[in-house]
Amino acid sequence: MKTEELFNAIRQEAERQRNEFVESPAPKIHIGMATCGIASGAVETRHAFEQALAERHIEARIHTVGCIGHCYAEPVVIIDHPESGFPPIFYHEVTAGKAKMLTKLFLEGGDPRFEHVYGATVENEMIPSVMEFPRFNEEKRVIMEKCGHIDPEDIYDYIAEDGYATLVRAFQLTPEDVVKEVADSGLRGRGGAGFPTGRKWDMARRGGSGEKIVICNADEGDPGAYMDRTLLESNPHQMIEGMILCAYAVGAHRALVYVRAEYPLAVKLVTKAIQQAESLELLGKDILRSGFDLKIEVFQGSGAFVCGEETALIESIEGKRGMPRFRPPYPVEKGLHGQPTVINNVKTLASVPPILKNGADWYRRIGTEKSPGTAIFSVVGDVVHPGLVEIPMGVSLRTLIFDICGGVPNKKAFKSVQIGGPSGGCLPSAFLDTPIDFDSLTQAGAMMGSGGMVVMDEDTCMVDVSRYFIDFTQKESCGKCTFCRIGTPHMLRILDRITQGEGREGDLEQLEQLSRDIKEGSLCGLGKTAPNPVITSLRYFREEYEAHVNEKRCPGKMCRPLTAFYIDLEKCARGCDACVGCCPVDAIFTTSTRKKGIDQSLCVKCGECVVACPPQYDAVEKVSPPKLAPVVERSAK
Amino acid sequence: MDDAILAEEEAMLEDMRSRVSGFEKERGNLIPILQMIQGRHAYLPPEAMDLAAEHLNIPVCEVYGVATFYNQFRFHPPGRHPIKVCLGTACHVKAGDIILENFERKLGITDGETTPDKEFSIERVACVGCCALAPVAVISETVHGKMAPSKVEGLLLRIQIEKEKAERERESGKREGEK
Repeated sequence: MKTEELFNAIRQEAERQRNEFVESPAPKIHIGMATCGIASGAVETRHAFEQALAERHIEARIHTVGCIGHCYAEPVVIIDHPESGFPPIFYHEVTAGKAKMLTKLFLEGGDPRFEHVYGATVENEMIPSVMEFPRFNEEKRVIMEKCGHIDPEDIYDYIAEDGYATLVRAFQLTPEDVVKEVADSGLRGRGGAGFPTGRKWDMARRGGSGEKIVICNADEGDPGAYMDRTLLESNPHQMIEGMILCAYAVGAHRALVYVRAEYPLAVKLVTKAIQQAESLELLGKDILRSGFDLKIEVFQGSGAFVCGEETALIESIEGKRGMPRFRPPYPVEKGLHGQPTVINNVKTLASVPPILKNGADWYRRIGTEKSPGTAIFSVVGDVVHPGLVEIPMGVSLRTLIFDICGGVPNKKAFKSVQIGGPSGGCLPSAFLDTPIDFDSLTQAGAMMGSGGMVVMDEDTCMVDVSRYFIDFTQKESCGKCTFCRIGTPHMLRILDRITQGEGREGDLEQLEQLSRDIKEGSLCGLGKTAPNPVITSLRYFREEYEAHVNEKRCPGKMCRPLTAFYIDLEKCARGCDACVGCCPVDAIFTTSTRKKGIDQSLCVKCGECVVACPPQYDAVEKVSPPKLAPVVERSAK
Repeated sequence: MDDAILAEEEAMLEDMRSRVSGFEKERGNLIPILQMIQGRHAYLPPEAMDLAAEHLNIPVCEVYGVATFYNQFRFHPPGRHPIKVCLGTACHVKAGDIILENFERKLGITDGETTPDKEFSIERVACVGCCALAPVAVISETVHGKMAPSKVEGLLLRIQIEKEKAERERESGKREGEK
């Protein structure tokens, strides 16, 4: 019972601090300060609040929290001003100016400025709650439950929200029981492949002698996915708690967090979180007097996409080039320095504390039968509300893209969604009713992967997107397997040719052949999945490839060598110089009628003139193939 | 002038030497050593490779093999205002490559190079994780979201103006001091 008493003392301290904060009559300002918030100007917003509060002699508490996942609304600020009689209010896009205005009018004057209110965070009679928006109420937060509510730099904030409580329960159980609970929950690895976590842990627990090691894989290299970073920046303790549980279950006393060095804030916050946990004896020797030791260290990955693959990750920790090894032996048998090693993704580990807290049955009830639980997607690209969304498995793509994320902006039509980054595939609108789970997505030709989801509207060229992903994988190929090393650059050359209008007959067949060969001839996940974007886009958007090759035309009008801009002389207004000023290469000239023309030999096709042309004229047109653009003569001076 | 540069290099070497010797002689420390040197000096000079190889007792070619494998390491000093243009998926779809081209054209250098006056350097990065703000460029430490080709010139001009202002202030400060 010693463990429980020790933990209760910590929890009481956490609750005391929390109550003091909650009960203080001063207004509280919660500001989201993760990387995306900072990029949108959260630091300036915070300064503005501090300055305005000092100028007006208002006493208020500023609470920096992590990211709530609503990237479209950053910087996000929640103001809780109990004296005003209003519930806590969620404000979006709070710039420095807005911060000063809210300080003056709301904190001082008591007027919440309804025109800037996004919603209230709780049910009430005055202001509609944000929970009435689909962006909020369709979500089911298990992993990200506390993100955006707690200060990632304060361990007590997490403990007050029931954090680390599962340790007490776990230490009363045997390690076998913990493994069984996780296995019963049906949790599958959230790194992309979906391997049952319980089975992995069981193998590691039984697996040979030697010093076992737990590694948290936070080497998120997929361009377009950033949920691991957000988790580490918003609530690192949940991942650490999961790591302790994992280490206890498999019998490891050493653990590593492998974070990308490109995520400096995440590195800093995880390091700090580990130190705080150590100072409260939640980590280190004899955790909470349970007799269990665990030391967690941070290793900074140096930015190689292939290091997300577990054997490459191990090579990289050993100080070598990150090249995957043959499997078997699997890392659970022979991993880091030949010792049994359990490697789990951040999201997998962060799922474990809620499972132990609420039980395997509770977890099983979320999601689908074969893929229980929730999934986090970073939905970006052409959607109204981009950001991180955590949904139960089994929700359809249509619900996710159109209901939760608001659909495609600017009245454009939906064309395709790319799921799973460079290893995933592009699905057309016919697949919008596919439920999101490991097996359905794989069947459709995409994959869960990292959880990156890029929505593309009708103006996107699928050939160019495939070219982009192949360009990425051929750069990131480690060079071990011949097919991946030489095959991907060859695919890139063909795709380059096609997007430049020099495609030849037989190119598409050759792409298909190469895709098959690379899949078969590669050792690791990178090579086995690298051709996926090309395979799926060739399957679902073949006519676009054919238009490029046969007609030298880009239907999405995105491939620059295949498009041209021209100014419609009927619509162009005399004397307006908007486009001339904006052109970065001075390609726009004035004709003898004082209307404007574009010199095609100078034009770099950046599209700035389309933006600059006043909407009442809307004279700039984009065409493909370029020969459709009429030739305009320069004025004879 | 040359003496100043030589002295600077000597100081840098001294700093690297003293810090590298603090690491244990384990192969697993190779990447942390390189990260430490780059963290302090912004790039890896050839001397850093020799030092690491010597300290860990491995061939220099192994060190180069590892250092060139990872995207993080650079072998040329960056400019005072390093420009990173994001070419992640979301930025690519929103025409990040045009932003990159505009920077390249305005500064007269290409991706991976530094201007002769060492003011600017351009680098393409895979994803800075601000996909909702695409296209994105990072200048020094500041993230500029929702970039447009026409914003490029203004951003560079602002840095130029700020530099000139700082120089003027330094000048006038000097004159004040002389009085």
